[in-house]
Amino acid sequence: MNNGLSRFNIVSLTLGFAFLYIPIVLLVIYSFNASRLVTVWGGWSTQWYVALWNNQQLLDAAWITARVAFISASIATVLGTMAAIALVRHGRFKGRTLFSGLVYAPLVMPEVITGLSLLLLFVAMGVARGFWTVILAHITFAMCYVAIVVQSRLLSFDRSLEEAAQDLGATPAKTFFVITLPIIAPAVVSGWMLAFTLSLDDLVIASFTTGPGATTLPMRIYSSVRLGVTPEINAVCTILIGIVTLVVIAVSIATKRAQVERDRAERMAEQGGIMVAANAG
Amino acid sequence: MPPPEKAALGPVRRDFSPWTNPDAVPLIRFENVTKKYGDFTAVHNLTLNIYEREFFALLGPSGCGKTTLMRMIAGFEEPTEGKVILAGRDLVGVPPYKRPVNMMFQSYALFPHMSVADNVAFGLKQANMPKAERDARVTEMLTLVKLDKFGGRKPHQLSGGQRQRVALARSLALKPKVLLLDEPLGALDKKLREETQFELTDLQVTLGMTFLIVTHDQEEAMTVADRIAVMDHGRIVQVATPGEIYEQPNSRYVADFIGDVNVIPARVESGTGNALKLKSAWTDAPIEITGAPEVAKGADAWIALRPEKIAISRDAPTPGTPNVLAGEVWDIGYLGDLSIYRVKLPSGDIVKAQVSNSTRLVERPITWEDKVWLSWQPEQAVLLTS
Repeated sequence: MNNGLSRFNIVSLTLGFAFLYIPIVLLVIYSFNASRLVTVWGGWSTQWYVALWNNQQLLDAAWITARVAFISASIATVLGTMAAIALVRHGRFKGRTLFSGLVYAPLVMPEVITGLSLLLLFVAMGVARGFWTVILAHITFAMCYVAIVVQSRLLSFDRSLEEAAQDLGATPAKTFFVITLPIIAPAVVSGWMLAFTLSLDDLVIASFTTGPGATTLPMRIYSSVRLGVTPEINAVCTILIGIVTLVVIAVSIATKRAQVERDRAERMAEQGGIMVAANAG
Repeated sequence: MPPPEKAALGPVRRDFSPWTNPDAVPLIRFENVTKKYGDFTAVHNLTLNIYEREFFALLGPSGCGKTTLMRMIAGFEEPTEGKVILAGRDLVGVPPYKRPVNMMFQSYALFPHMSVADNVAFGLKQANMPKAERDARVTEMLTLVKLDKFGGRKPHQLSGGQRQRVALARSLALKPKVLLLDEPLGALDKKLREETQFELTDLQVTLGMTFLIVTHDQEEAMTVADRIAVMDHGRIVQVATPGEIYEQPNSRYVADFIGDVNVIPARVESGTGNALKLKSAWTDAPIEITGAPEVAKGADAWIALRPEKIAISRDAPTPGTPNVLAGEVWDIGYLGDLSIYRVKLPSGDIVKAQVSNSTRLVERPITWEDKVWLSWQPEQAVLLTS
């Protein structure tokens, strides 16, 4: 078989990637536009990034978003990890199927419905909507992503490691923190980063559950765009794209590394086994 | 392991048989232990004594309950009924991390994120041993398993055999009352496994500890253990030394599970005391047996005969020789050190006979379709009633 790309493959790859990335590339380029008019190219400039720095409203929104993403991702990671452990470890408890279904449901639930139902809940409970209600809402939907990522790691976890730790005198709680958690840590970190980016991006659910004084960055961008796209918005979006890209790259590198490490360990062990056999013989 | 103690091993091993002493107090005692998983009974009302400094093997096919039994000592399973007593104390309800036993796992269960030395030190840290003492013990343990230069490595940088040694060092570090070994050599290749078996027995005597091994490999059990319990479907079929298990199996199950055996169905015809004559469909002549238990006349029984106890010859034996079967060589298994002949009798049944190839060149070896005579002395066979 030919390893090189055929002409057909090159064309389809180009078309596919163009379809995916032309809008984003355009946005990034226009964020460096010197012209005030978004659609007219007026030469290179970084003035919109400077203007951004002086736009207090946008900076406030960015700060809120960062805090919401950090807090909600952290809590979602704890809850999601706990749910994953319960689902994988406690075997066939009563209602397991129902529970795992319920954990996954928010993944396929339209965001509008999640947002609306949360809004109704907060109203019914008489909770003042704002910063903390957005965080609660983000925990709700980010938690199931964490649960899935951690669960897939736990499925390949050798339970005898935990038994060995207990056999050597560690209590179950200590075993979890000293053995289980360090080993599944890459998955937990991936889960956290996923939850963080999801929260950073979310517009719909935040719009439903927020209140005065807690406008997130996506909401701020959306409302300014309704008054007309300014090059400043392009600059904000470029920064956001940068952050999300970095996080996604970090997650995939972490996953890839773990995989490579495992493969290498297996290979080395096989070779080692052969060497020992040769020495013995 | 270390050679200096070697001289002392023989006498220690030779005089060791606490199970024959009715006053000896067992270190581990399973008392009427039953374990049920829903409708499935893994262990049936089992009672078993294991003595201090014994190397004891639980042997049986997978699913016979041997691992369940071991995990009850470690604390990962609790009996549904009965007691598990260790050094006079009932262990039921005591969590695994408070039991004075350690286990070496089949998968080794080395902590992948810790170095070899940290793995070995893990139990010592849990016991709050001071650092200086801990370091000394880790060095001692790693030296014991000949891995003293590997303390800084991670488990994935070791070969299978080295990992097995780390697991052993880690489970020995706390100097437990009992070391539990769950199929410890299953993942090693044959040569390494054989070597390690002898190292394990030497280590056990040197350390003066009690070892309990779970295995499905009869050769492994025979090599390492002082006594073997052969298990089947949650019950112990026979507990005895390897020699007794092999030469005096108490049932067809044990005879068949340990080594190779011919089982000849027969019926007791006549005889007095323990010298009996039996009739079998395999041959017209009566089969004589001595040293057999008392069996009522007319009762069904089975004659268990090891292949190496049968003499095979192309010449007819002198008339009057007891227990002669005539047949034709059906198949030959040449294994180098020995050859196994499968001989077909006129009745259609197959008898296995084994010959040690003690000379290199034989003028005319027995070959396929040769007419041969098989014979054995009456005391070489074992009479089984179950």
